[in-house]
Amino acid sequence: MPYTVIEKIWDEHQIADLGDGTCLIYIDRVFLHERTGSVALKGLEATGRAVRNPEQAFCTMDHIVDTFPGRTDETRMPGGTAFIQTTREAALKAGINLFDLGDPRQGIAHVISPEQGIALPGVTLVCPDSHTGTLGGLGALAWGIGSTEAEHALATKTLVVKKPRTMRVTFEGSLPQGVTAKDMILKLIGEHTASGGIGYAIEFAGQAVRDLEVEARLTLCNMTIEFGAWSGLVAPDDKTIEYVKGRPFAPSEDQWDAAVKYWRTLVTDEGATFDKEITIDCADIVPQISWGTSPMHETGIDQRVPDPASEPNEARRAAMEKALEYMDLEPGARLEGIPIDAAFIGSCTNSRISDLRAAAAILKGRKVASGVKAICVPGSGLVKAAAEAEGIDKIFTDAGFEWRESGCSMCFYAGGESFGLEERVVSSTNRNFENRQGPRTRTHLASPTTVAASAIKGHLTDVRNLD
Amino acid sequence: MEKFTVLEAIAAPLLRINIDTDVIIPSREMKRVSKEGLSDGMFANWRYKEPGGREENPEFVLNQEPYRRAQILLSGDNFGCGSSREHAVWALAEWGIRAIVTPGFGNIFYGNCVRNGILPVVLDNEIVEHLARQVEADPAGNKIKIDLTKCTVTAPDGQSYAFEIAPADREMLLEGLDAIAVTMRRDDEILAFQARDRLKRPWIYI
Repeated sequence: MPYTVIEKIWDEHQIADLGDGTCLIYIDRVFLHERTGSVALKGLEATGRAVRNPEQAFCTMDHIVDTFPGRTDETRMPGGTAFIQTTREAALKAGINLFDLGDPRQGIAHVISPEQGIALPGVTLVCPDSHTGTLGGLGALAWGIGSTEAEHALATKTLVVKKPRTMRVTFEGSLPQGVTAKDMILKLIGEHTASGGIGYAIEFAGQAVRDLEVEARLTLCNMTIEFGAWSGLVAPDDKTIEYVKGRPFAPSEDQWDAAVKYWRTLVTDEGATFDKEITIDCADIVPQISWGTSPMHETGIDQRVPDPASEPNEARRAAMEKALEYMDLEPGARLEGIPIDAAFIGSCTNSRISDLRAAAAILKGRKVASGVKAICVPGSGLVKAAAEAEGIDKIFTDAGFEWRESGCSMCFYAGGESFGLEERVVSSTNRNFENRQGPRTRTHLASPTTVAASAIKGHLTDVRNLD
Repeated sequence: MEKFTVLEAIAAPLLRINIDTDVIIPSREMKRVSKEGLSDGMFANWRYKEPGGREENPEFVLNQEPYRRAQILLSGDNFGCGSSREHAVWALAEWGIRAIVTPGFGNIFYGNCVRNGILPVVLDNEIVEHLARQVEADPAGNKIKIDLTKCTVTAPDGQSYAFEIAPADREMLLEGLDAIAVTMRRDDEILAFQARDRLKRPWIYI
């Protein structure tokens, strides 16, 4: 019988069928961070439960750490230091792998997890963080959970999960110039809404997906949660295997061939069926930009701010009106040319070395427009070091960007730092929610190249038109 | 965990779609490594007039009587989308919310509700709007009854609507069970699986 890659990974990890589509699933890797992992570790301690297989559990400091050079445990978030120190103590006590401040490997969970070979094709990986689906870019079945579920996964090596429906999203054709993986996922969410993926595990397929490098696939899968999906993945291929090889926690040489042999089976069989199929023609994708307060509030950079009056659905119309009020935008205004106050490159969506290289190619020899505050936060200590070895940091700073230590930073307000009240930010992050980047801050989501181009021009810019 | 069986309570309509967990509990309001003390910051950016302030915005539904005593929330589609922060559920539970009725939930939020004694109820949008209209006609008098033993929601006009919930989730809420303890009953099975898996996929066992 033909199976989808999602079903294959699921079946490999199913310990028991608990009835009515709910299963007991074996969890290969648990990743924690100081914001929500701290509560999970403390919760376990309080009930006298131990972490089973602590060598297979990992923890980083990313959410609320300061990103200024020379940082310490101090953070701008009220009470933040306690989160960092509690997590450190609990992680050391539990004996799990810790990527602490000062460790050169420290960084954003979903950046260091592939970097270290923790996320691998075919593994189940969970983290109390909604963007865990990122790791699907390597062919892992990875999803975000709450702190209480994290306790469950740590204590039992399992989770009780309702089997998701399956969806295949096929990106046909090849990406036009100036269009990135970020634009692909924004386009999907814009067309099929922020709740279009609820209850689904998604396989991204098609020529354009196969053409993406592994880091871009991580970006694609990163925002499956913004589509409402439970998880998303790209079946592993030669690029994936090449990417994984030699990473610290990847299979050792004596196990490598067996692992690769298994990974080669992780493809959707001919004739396997999905509960839902969506096809997107890449020829129709242009660089995308969000205009509202949900990731579904997005369109092409060459478009205008939509008019709520043209939305037939009452609830969506009301949300659009609220969004335009919050964003201080008028229906019909051209998106390209809207002045910005700030630009941000970072986050688990777009802070890897390929993102920084792409942005640097735009920034090289150019200057950020006057009055625009521009910040780049590399996704990990190793990304930062690699960028510095290539001179990318210099390109950013020469252009007028701040160059920071790694962390989640201003993707959200958790570091306690914000661009300010009613400031308009073009951002390579994943969420344009009200107040997400700080009180009343207005966020426009875009690819790192669109962010770089907009920073130079001082307004939202179509990167394809840059001189 | 507090059990959930039958609840008849005041319901507050908050019919916006895509209410995310950043809205339910802004990051800035998660001040301690604790599941407690979060209700004060619940909906802070909507509930209070100024960022970080505590002066109430009288227009926000949960600042109005009798909705201050609401135990049920009626909401638009995709409630609890976004960040996985369980703090959103802890804040709602501490404030007094016991059930949320919406056409759809964010997946992680749904799981967090079940593990903290909040009943997540999915009903069609038309039904949620119908319930909201009845509630608004007499918020204190027109209570909504939710019976988890029968899996029904009964509107003030007496009309009942069936809802679905996975048996394992239902049992956990009805009995107030500790999920880890339930799973540990199968520990022999888990260890046997692990022993087999270790031979099959040795590279997983670092």
